[in-house]
Amino acid sequence: MRWGKRLLVFLTSLLIIALHMIPIYITVVASFKDIRDFSSKWVLPQKLVLDNFRMAIHDGGFYTALVNTGLITALSILIVVIVGSMTGYVLARLDNAVTRGVLLATLGVMMVPSISLVVPLYRTLLLINGINTYWAVILLCATYQLPLGIFIYTNFIRTVPVALDEAAEIDGCSQFGTYLRVILPQLGPVTASVMILSGVKIYNEYVFALYFLQSADRRMITTYVSSFFHEVSYINQASAAALLGALPIIVVYLVLQKWFIAGAMDSAVK
Amino acid sequence: MRKKHVHMYLMLIPVVILFTGLVFYPFIEGIRISLTNWNGYSRTYSYVGMTNYISLLNSRLFKVALRNTFIYGFGCTFIQQVVGLAYALFVNLRFRGRNLVRLIIYLPSMIAGIIMGYMMYGLFEYNRGALNDIVRWLGGQRVLWLEDGNRAVFIIVLINAFQFVGVSMLIYLAGLQNIPAQIMEAARLDGCGSWQLFAHVVLPLLIPAITSSTIINLIGGLRLFDLIQALTSGGPGIATHSIATSINYLHFWSENAGGAAAAGVVLFVIIFIVSATTNTLFRRKEVEF
Repeated sequence: MRWGKRLLVFLTSLLIIALHMIPIYITVVASFKDIRDFSSKWVLPQKLVLDNFRMAIHDGGFYTALVNTGLITALSILIVVIVGSMTGYVLARLDNAVTRGVLLATLGVMMVPSISLVVPLYRTLLLINGINTYWAVILLCATYQLPLGIFIYTNFIRTVPVALDEAAEIDGCSQFGTYLRVILPQLGPVTASVMILSGVKIYNEYVFALYFLQSADRRMITTYVSSFFHEVSYINQASAAALLGALPIIVVYLVLQKWFIAGAMDSAVK
Repeated sequence: MRKKHVHMYLMLIPVVILFTGLVFYPFIEGIRISLTNWNGYSRTYSYVGMTNYISLLNSRLFKVALRNTFIYGFGCTFIQQVVGLAYALFVNLRFRGRNLVRLIIYLPSMIAGIIMGYMMYGLFEYNRGALNDIVRWLGGQRVLWLEDGNRAVFIIVLINAFQFVGVSMLIYLAGLQNIPAQIMEAARLDGCGSWQLFAHVVLPLLIPAITSSTIINLIGGLRLFDLIQALTSGGPGIATHSIATSINYLHFWSENAGGAAAAGVVLFVIIFIVSATTNTLFRRKEVEF
């Protein structure tokens, strides 16, 4: 590249990075400032104050929410991976009325916004004693993330040669055994994508947490931050809570960045 | 059904149970509740026919919410396609630091919509908001960014597009990297200028990427909920409500669960029609190489 073009690319990069960092920047600045410091959010704090963070976690509500969210996310991901890969295997190998029906149903579920079903879901959960329970929300999160998992697994397993299945069958494997011993071990990279894509969505789940985990000790990160915003009157403390809530996922994202980017690109190629 | 596939069908049982129990049964139940006057908690209720749908269609809340839902859906989708494609073309150039640029653009989509809303509140707030600080430094009067209905709708569109533009960027980037180098080479040898190359070679080959990005963004924008909830809760008045937030409003604040269920049915129908139409429109334009 000529140096003029190089400079242009460099400046454009700087501009884009600055623009996309604005919300995080002003939140970080506000959260480290004393609540009596009325300087602009663009101006860095004169000394770093940790009181806002202390305030945001003082009653332990943040830790509880973090543990709840971690638990719900981990178990939901597990269900998405197991059920998604099993379903994907069947959809990739069989093409008949049943599998086409399941494929159509999956497409349908992908389009249903969970918020549009909160009223009947509330009644459904009453019926199965699932209100305010972790397991019900885990099942809900898993179910509504399943379509993406099923599509990614189906597309991937279609590229795994059928000859492998046949060889396993000749060696006496049942079809479930083939799935378990032949297909599953090959799903490593694509499973990483499924875990990342559904994990981010579930960590950030708001609707199910808002409606079905209402008691204070069952809050998720999203509902904790939200309730904190309504309870405190200082934006600095609220900013600290927002930052704490976003921090775990941002750290994981930065550490596993290659997998996250690859996963997002996987989800697109249908 | 051949007997040899018994195991295969057994493996479909979990997904059938989950989808039936937590999506299809509630969906049917939702249609049933939408025909009642249930208030959301009492044991008794009665069937009222299409009353909920009729009063919904006649209410000002629903008219505003319907208009906004389309603005959120199509507005965000439009911005995300244009900016997302531009970003993808940019980060597809070879330069040092392009991975960092990709990383930062995609970063906001990691953050929960509700938390992004609170973060952005610090920017657009009236009294001490960061944007109004700039306005005043430049000698202007503070602006009511979120307290003016139409402006707030526009800002919500911008924020949601900003947050998820990275998703579109990566979909387009994947699409660009799938275009075989020989095709670009051949077009260049035939004397294509860079604009011609983009319009007649790259863009047609990107149609599958455009389709999936557009549909993902449309579904995301039409069901927009948490960002609005954090920024304005549908206010000022009812000016920024989407159908999604009005479901919450009807259910929690008006004790009108029947109406909320009806709004839910309408939202699903809208999303279904819009995404099915988009899909058929784009699929017709697909080309092969």
